Amino acid sequence: MLTLIAILLDGLIFASWIFIVAVGLTLIFGVMRILNIAHGSLYAFGAYVAAWLVGQYLSAGYAPMGSFAVLLLSAIIVGVPMGFIMERGLLRFMYGRDEVIMVLVTYAVFLILEDAIMLIWGTDAYFAFEPYSLLGNTEIEALVFSNYDLAMIALALVVGALLWWGLNHTRVGKYLQVVIHDRELAQALGINVTRVFTITFMVGAVLGALGGAFTAPQISVTPGMGVEVIVLAFAVVVIGGMGSFPGAVVGAVLVGIIRAAAVHLLPQLELFIIYAVMALVLVFRPQGLFGQAEARKI
Amino acid sequence: MSAVKPMRKIFSARFLSVGLGVFIAVSLLTGAAPQKAQAAETLKIGVVLFLSGAAAGPFGIPARNGVETLIAAINGGKIPAPYNTKGMAGAQIEAVYIDESGGATKQVTEFRNLVQRQKVDVVVGYISSGNCIAVAPVADELKMLTVIPICGTPRLFEDASYKYVFRTISDSITDSVGAAHYIKEKFPNARTIAGINPNYAWGQDSWRDFHLAFKLMNPDSEIVTEQFPKLFAGTFTSEISVLLRKKPDVIHSSLWGADLESFVNQAAARGLNKRSKIILTIGEANMFRLGAKMPDGIIISARGPYGVLARQTPLNDWFRAAYQDLFTAPPVYPSYMTAQAMLGLKIAYDKASQARGGGMPSTEEVVKAFEYLKYEAFGITIDMAYGNGHQAFTGTAYGQFKFDKSTGTATFTDIMWFDPECVNAPKGMKGAAWIKGGMKGAKCG
Repeated sequence: MLTLIAILLDGLIFASWIFIVAVGLTLIFGVMRILNIAHGSLYAFGAYVAAWLVGQYLSAGYAPMGSFAVLLLSAIIVGVPMGFIMERGLLRFMYGRDEVIMVLVTYAVFLILEDAIMLIWGTDAYFAFEPYSLLGNTEIEALVFSNYDLAMIALALVVGALLWWGLNHTRVGKYLQVVIHDRELAQALGINVTRVFTITFMVGAVLGALGGAFTAPQISVTPGMGVEVIVLAFAVVVIGGMGSFPGAVVGAVLVGIIRAAAVHLLPQLELFIIYAVMALVLVFRPQGLFGQAEARKI
Repeated sequence: MSAVKPMRKIFSARFLSVGLGVFIAVSLLTGAAPQKAQAAETLKIGVVLFLSGAAAGPFGIPARNGVETLIAAINGGKIPAPYNTKGMAGAQIEAVYIDESGGATKQVTEFRNLVQRQKVDVVVGYISSGNCIAVAPVADELKMLTVIPICGTPRLFEDASYKYVFRTISDSITDSVGAAHYIKEKFPNARTIAGINPNYAWGQDSWRDFHLAFKLMNPDSEIVTEQFPKLFAGTFTSEISVLLRKKPDVIHSSLWGADLESFVNQAAARGLNKRSKIILTIGEANMFRLGAKMPDGIIISARGPYGVLARQTPLNDWFRAAYQDLFTAPPVYPSYMTAQAMLGLKIAYDKASQARGGGMPSTEEVVKAFEYLKYEAFGITIDMAYGNGHQAFTGTAYGQFKFDKSTGTATFTDIMWFDPECVNAPKGMKGAAWIKGGMKGAKCG
C-alpha cells in the first residue's frame, strides 16, 4: 500500500513539473504549428533568473515566504520579453514555411541561448535551495514528502485550470481555438491571427520559464539543463498528441506514474520506460492519444 | 615580340625556383636554430577539462585553477625545494585550454587538433572516463605524451597498456574499497545497503565495487535497492522515496557535480540523512560550495587524500596558500589532482633533461623518466608503480562532513586514511576480480 501511495504521489509530482513545461510547448504547436526547441532555453532562463533573484531577495533580508512570489515574477520577467522578441523578431518572418524549417530555426535559437546563458552566468552552477524547505514536510508512515513538491501538484492544477478556463471562456481563448481549428478560416472571419500568434507565443514562453523557475529551488542550476527537459516535454507532447491540451495532461500523468512505478518496482527500466511508452503509443496512434489525424494539404 | 615572351617566362620560372631553393636552404640553415632555441624556451601544453556544462563548476574550473596555480609557480620557480627550478627542463609553460564537453568522438577530434594543428608538446587532461578511454589509444598512435589527472575508470590500464599515457591518481576501485572499509570500521552494525549512482560506467562500476567489497566484509549484508538515475537528472523525488521506504543503514552514491548538489538538497529536506548514513564517494568537490546546506555527518571522500583530507606537509601548505592567493577559494580534489599531474610532468622533464646533460629532452626521454617515478606531491606520495610504470598507486581517505558555524568553514571529523596496499588490487590483477576473490594480499594498518 505504501509503495502504491509513493508511486502515485511521486508520479503526480513528476507529472506536474513536466506538464507545466509541456503544456507551453503544446500550446505553441497547436496554434502556430511550431515545435519550439528553444522552449528548453526558456525553461533554463527561468531557472537561472529565479535562482539569481531568489538569492538577491533573501540576501537583502526580506521575508523568506516572499521568495515564492519572486519565483513567479522570474517566470514573467523571462517569458514575456523573450517570447515577444523571439516571435516578433524572428519567427514571424518564417510563417508559412515547412514545419521542419521552424524546428531548425528554433533549434538555432536554442543553441544561441545556451551560449548566452554561459555568457551571462558563466559555467558555475547556481542554487537557491531555501524555498524548497520553507513549506516543511508531510509524513505518510515511512515516507516523507516535501510540501514544496506537493505544492507543485497544486501549481500544475492552477495552471491547467487557468488555461482551460482561458481557452473555453474568454474571447482570446475562443479565437485561439478557431486558429487551432483552421488558420485560414480564422483570418477570413476577421481574427487578428498575428496578434493571436504573439500572445500564444508569450504565454507559452511564460509557461516554459515558470517550469524552470519553480524547479530552481530543488536543483543546482547548470548550463545544459534545457536539453534534458525539452526531450522529456517532447515525449509528453507526442504521447498526448501534439497541440492537444487534454493530451498534455494525460501524457504528463502517464509519463509521471509510469516513471515512478519503474523507479519503485524495476529501477533498471527507469531510463527506457518513458520512451518505450512513447514508441508504443506511436505504433497504435501515430497522432498521439488525443491528437487528431489530419489530411495533408497539398 | 611574341617570341620573347616565352623566354621571359622560362627565365622567370628558373629565377623563381632558384630563389625559392636558396630561400629554403637559408631558412633551413638559419631558421632552424632560432626554432630550436624557441622550443627550449616554451613548452606548449594542451589542457583538456570540462569548461562548460554540469561538470565545469565542481570539477573543470577547480581543476583548471590547479593547473594555473602550478603553471604560475613552475614558470616563476616558486614551488618549494626540491622543485624550485624555473620551468620544465628550463622551458616556460604555455597552456592551450580545450573544453572537454561534447562527448568522446568530439574529444578524439580535439585531441588530434591539439597535436597536429596546435602542435602542443604535451596534453594534460580528461575528467570523464569515457573521454580518457577514447583518447588514450590515439595518444599512443600520435606518440603524444598525455598525462591524465582525474579520470577514474579502472579499465584504462586494466584492459590495455600505453607507452605515452600516464595517470597520476588511483582508479575508482580505491574509492569503493575505501568506502566499504570506512563503514566497516565506523559503523560495524550496518547491514542493509542501497545505492544511488549515475547510470553510466562510472556509477555502475563504483556501485559494483562498493557492494562487492561491503558484502565481502559483511557476509550477512543485504542490498535493499539499486537506483541508477539518468546522468544530469536533477530531480530525485522518486528515488528518495524508495530510499526512505526501504530504510537502508547505508546509502552509497557516486553522484557528482550538479546532480550531487541537487540530491543533497532534496534528500536533506526530506530527512533522508537522518534515516540512513549517506556516503558520497566524491562529495569533497562540492562541500565548500554547499557549506551549511550539506548536512553534518555525511561521509565524504575526495577520491584520495586530497583537499581537507590531504596530510599536512610543507608542500601541501604551500599549495593551499598559493591556490587561495590566486582564486580566494580553497583547493578541492580536482585542483589537487591536476596540480600533482603538473608536478609529475615537471619532475619527469627536469629528470630527463638532467639525464641528457641539459636542454630540452625528447618525448621518449620524458616518457622514460616518468615511468615508475615516485614523487612527493601535495600531502601525498605518488608512486607510478602500476600499469608498467604509467599508473599511480595511492591510498585514500574518508571522513564525515562537519560545518563549523562559528567559523563558517566546511571540514571533516573522524577521518580515516587507508594505505595504498589496503585499497588497491595487487600489481597485475584486475580490481573487480581481486574483490570477488576475497581481496587477498590487502594490507590494512
